[in-house]
Amino acid sequence: MARYFTDEHEWIDVEGDLATVGITDYAQEQLGDIVFVELPEVGTVLEAGKDAAVVESVKAASDVYAPIGGEVMEVNDSLEEDPALVNSSPEEDGWFFKLTIADKSELEGLMDDKAYKAFVDGL
Amino acid sequence: MSDEAIDNSEVENETPGELPLGDWHRAQGARMVPFAGYMMPIQYAKEAGGGIVAEHEWTRNSASLFDVSHMGQLMITGEGAAEALEALVPGAISSLKPGRVRYTLLLNEDGGVIDDLMVTNATEWIEGDEEAGTEGHWGEPAYYLVVNGATKWDDIGHLREHLPDEITMTHLDEQALIALQGPKAAQALARVMRGVPDSLVFMQSMTYDFGEWPLRITRAGYTGEDGFEISVPAEFAQSLADRLMAEIEIRPAGLGARDSLRLEAGLPLYGHDLDTETDPVSADLTFALTKKRRETGGWMGHAACAAKLSEGCASRRVGLVLDGRLPAREGALVFSGDTEVGRVTSGGFSPTLGHPIAMAYVGSDYVAEGTELEIEVRNKRLPARVAPMPFVPHRYYRGS
Repeated sequence: MARYFTDEHEWIDVEGDLATVGITDYAQEQLGDIVFVELPEVGTVLEAGKDAAVVESVKAASDVYAPIGGEVMEVNDSLEEDPALVNSSPEEDGWFFKLTIADKSELEGLMDDKAYKAFVDGL
Repeated sequence: MSDEAIDNSEVENETPGELPLGDWHRAQGARMVPFAGYMMPIQYAKEAGGGIVAEHEWTRNSASLFDVSHMGQLMITGEGAAEALEALVPGAISSLKPGRVRYTLLLNEDGGVIDDLMVTNATEWIEGDEEAGTEGHWGEPAYYLVVNGATKWDDIGHLREHLPDEITMTHLDEQALIALQGPKAAQALARVMRGVPDSLVFMQSMTYDFGEWPLRITRAGYTGEDGFEISVPAEFAQSLADRLMAEIEIRPAGLGARDSLRLEAGLPLYGHDLDTETDPVSADLTFALTKKRRETGGWMGHAACAAKLSEGCASRRVGLVLDGRLPAREGALVFSGDTEVGRVTSGGFSPTLGHPIAMAYVGSDYVAEGTELEIEVRNKRLPARVAPMPFVPHRYYRGS
């Protein structure tokens, strides 16, 4: 399994032809207390860099973008009941959705763990 | 992920200023944002028990220290100061006794709200001197005003323009302002300043020399809880903040919690729920129009407000409660069936109630408590009901 990051603070785990997407620990820290997550519907075809989900914190709404294009296969239903999972476990239990990988080459522009860490440190 | 900064009513086009407690907040692990022209703490570090919801809950259950030094503090002095102010605000000022505080509004000729503010009769008692043969008497009339930070320069201009020349206005820009809010604020403050809370009830104010620090302490606030606002010379602000923070009940809270607390308390925020396009009657602030003065007039905006009072208004500020968890925020449109009937001016998730709440201006046919409406959020219609405000009951201390 390989994990990549976007400069919009999404992470994506790639396992074969399926990818899992969520937001990073840095992102949840910036957002503060999350009260609602609006997930895409299963079957939606997402486009890389376009709106995929919305996170509502106490203070504001923020868009979450699809790191790569593909069809949504599954969403994390636990977030409906417990959106705070994104705060407590952003990079594991607080995942957002799983999608098929339409074009593996879209992964090439993303950062690995080390590059993302350096990117965040520079913010 | 898009990164949206704190919602702010003004364009931050200049370098934000520093307030006396700026470095103090940073030392407390605050996240600082530009607000009302200054760098201000939005929330404190999670590790130290911070975060908007945690700070909100701490305020409702214990006591929080808020820095509100961005607000404008003004002193209006001179013979006839009360009458001069009464020409500009709809509240009775000449009947306001020394040490009493009143919430009022600066209105323009059209009844539009220039700002909402607190006025305190700060006239001092001058002790008599037996040797000199003088008796005790009230000094020169003095009124202490606290106005909103984002509007203070416009307010100062408006007051300068309209107050007579013999009335002096002093901008107390060397004063910081610290708010201590929450059900345990009084017991904590009593330990620091013996006897002070016992001397005050809600909407009363006093001066107090705390060692060498001359303070003005007012029992009021913007959270719906019991609490105090303490005006302190900037040079002593950090020491006072440290002294208060030494009390076990008190933790710092930022602008984020201040906003969610005031929303639950049903208190309007200038620049969002109030502006020059709104008037006191539409804003459901008729309590701020002193009954007698509604008839007698003599204040700017009276004719416009009197017309609204007698003929009614096209729309009114109401509270809305939503089911579910998705908040409706400022700007969201309100519908009754397919008809657009209003707009949300403040909205968010209520940590105390566990569901979203909002304030909106809706057409006067839709203001009855319990009216079922819908709010449009990202092309979805969320069911909402008109609800009485405050959403969370006020717990002001009015005396035992």
